[in-house]
Amino acid sequence: MAKKSIGPVRRAYSPWDDPEKAPFIEFRNVTKKFGDFTAVNNLSLKIYEREFFALLGGSGCGKTTLMRMLAGFETPTTGQIFLDGQDLAGIPPFKRPSNMMFQSYALFPHMSVEKNIAFGLKQDKLPASEVDARVAEMLRLTKLEQFAKRRPHQLSGGQRQRVALARSLAKRPKVLLLDEPLGALDRKLREETQFELMNIQEELKMTFLIVTHDQEEAMTVADRIAVMDKGELVQVDTPAEIYEAPNSKFVADFIGDINLIEANVTEKSEDGTKLRSVADNFTIDSDQVTDAAVGDRVWYAIRPEKVRIAQGRREKGLPNRIDGVVWDIAYLGDMSIIHSKVGDNDKDTLRATFANVSRMVENPITWDDEVVMSFDRDAGVILKG
Amino acid sequence: MSELHVPAQPKRTLGGWLLIAVPYVWLLIFFLAPFLIVFKISLSQVAVAIPPYVPTFDLAEGWNGIWDSVSEFSFENYVWLTEDDLYWKSYLSSVVIAAISTLLTLIIGYPIAYGMARSPQSMRPTLLMLVILPFWTSFLIRVYAWIGILKNEGLLNQLLLTLGIIDEPLVMMNTNIAVFIGIVYSYLPFLVLPLYASLERLDGSLLEAAEDLGCPPWKAFWKITLPLSLPGVIAGCFLVFIPAVGEFVIPDLLGGSNTLMIGKTLWVEFFNNRDWPVSSAVAVILLLILVIPIVLFQNQQQKMAEREG
Repeated sequence: MAKKSIGPVRRAYSPWDDPEKAPFIEFRNVTKKFGDFTAVNNLSLKIYEREFFALLGGSGCGKTTLMRMLAGFETPTTGQIFLDGQDLAGIPPFKRPSNMMFQSYALFPHMSVEKNIAFGLKQDKLPASEVDARVAEMLRLTKLEQFAKRRPHQLSGGQRQRVALARSLAKRPKVLLLDEPLGALDRKLREETQFELMNIQEELKMTFLIVTHDQEEAMTVADRIAVMDKGELVQVDTPAEIYEAPNSKFVADFIGDINLIEANVTEKSEDGTKLRSVADNFTIDSDQVTDAAVGDRVWYAIRPEKVRIAQGRREKGLPNRIDGVVWDIAYLGDMSIIHSKVGDNDKDTLRATFANVSRMVENPITWDDEVVMSFDRDAGVILKG
Repeated sequence: MSELHVPAQPKRTLGGWLLIAVPYVWLLIFFLAPFLIVFKISLSQVAVAIPPYVPTFDLAEGWNGIWDSVSEFSFENYVWLTEDDLYWKSYLSSVVIAAISTLLTLIIGYPIAYGMARSPQSMRPTLLMLVILPFWTSFLIRVYAWIGILKNEGLLNQLLLTLGIIDEPLVMMNTNIAVFIGIVYSYLPFLVLPLYASLERLDGSLLEAAEDLGCPPWKAFWKITLPLSLPGVIAGCFLVFIPAVGEFVIPDLLGGSNTLMIGKTLWVEFFNNRDWPVSSAVAVILLLILVIPIVLFQNQQQKMAEREG
């Protein structure tokens, strides 16, 4: 059997695995306090050149503060920030080689689209011909050519978003900062724009840093994601690793849907770990070697789509078998999420997804059916605390 | 009033008509009718009578009487205004004094409004209150109070003498300087309030965006803040300029004998010379002069509304 590995990677580019590689952006023990509130707490982070990096977290987790410190709008209380080897301390925003795309877009309402895009270039005192060429290039890149003479209020939300992007890209910054860039767009446009962003980033070979609370967005666009909580980094990894190998209950719960089963360690070996659910109704056999001791309370985290589900009680010899009764079904079209009761307590439910691969089913799983669920030894992860 | 949107209801109810009629009736009774009376008097001739002009309408004579009166109307008072250079000099001087005062008010008022808009949110109501506070005292009393400050033995001169900045009192009372001070002081809130409103609305992220794009803060003020506050600047300036042109109390109390303003000229015509027809003509021309900036102002407002979509 071939060795298994985790999920797809966006492209064959992983400078973070190379210990020799110098980081392009580095936060070194950065703390930011607003009065008594600690927005960012002793945070260190390395971001590499040409990376598309996402800061992901709920509101108030410090992700925006972190980005604003990089742009220069906030000053770290302690710690240092480096960009391309240069310590940014004391450098005002208008001298920093980064540009930001604001959440509100912050387009200048009294200037036309092309004047907005040209604004940053004119500050650099570039010759007019160069400015015109660069503006034309940006208009082409963002498909805004026919709107060049319009004012921002004459544009749709999606067009404004592209003007904001064009304006922040025009100066070819060393790093582009995107603050919740797609938040105001509707779902369909947002998805299109995500792919556009990825293409633009690859075309311009620039470093992008995006702040978002939308995990789907982060997973779509980013090479690596930093999950933040309460001013600290919880996990920094590729989207696939964040999803398949969360390092904590917080990350597991924050990203996607997951079953968190409370269990005790009953057996440990080099081959894996055996767990017994707290409700004492099933045993889990995992291939993960954990450093938790026998008798410790742990969480077993398993994604619903990793749980196989079938009707009846006939199946025998399954690795991790849990019997249940269908309690609720959420039909989403492409798949159904089946909640099954696996214990006496109402809370003892397990979610499994069922891909609706056929239009017509002879005997579909329905409410109150007896079902049997099972999963592979490597399907979930054991998390402490 | 034409803005009333009742698309699904082509037939207006009686109540609806009455409602829109209110402002029209108000304007008719308190603006158009008095103006027509003033205009009519401006076409009459001065006479020793009560009222002190001829012709007067004699309604007892019926249509013929009215027609006789109308046939006696003449524009000779308007011709007279062009013949005596007192009048055009008064108009010109009023406009110049009002324009200089407006500029001074803007120079003083802009930083005040800017500071208010940039102050912490919790302090803004207090600051706004302080700007409006002078209105709680009568305008007349406040102008009189300036006499006590500006006269030769007034508070300001005493202060400057005590501090040793000057050796002898400055003559400020009864000069144009006192008039400028009076107008700037009296009309400052009218400029600060609209300006504050437009500066406060300014999205702070625009300035951050400008700075992010390489524009230092002082330059961002000229490129972003000032152009975007222009509607407020224009509104504020008109609110100062228009009443300042016709100002009477301030030049009368603080200005000197050589402070020429049309409000004062009109007063002299009306009360000292008892020449109602000429003073009416002065008032009509003043109105025409002021209509021009008012129309400009409204155009500007409309453009602004259109720009904001």
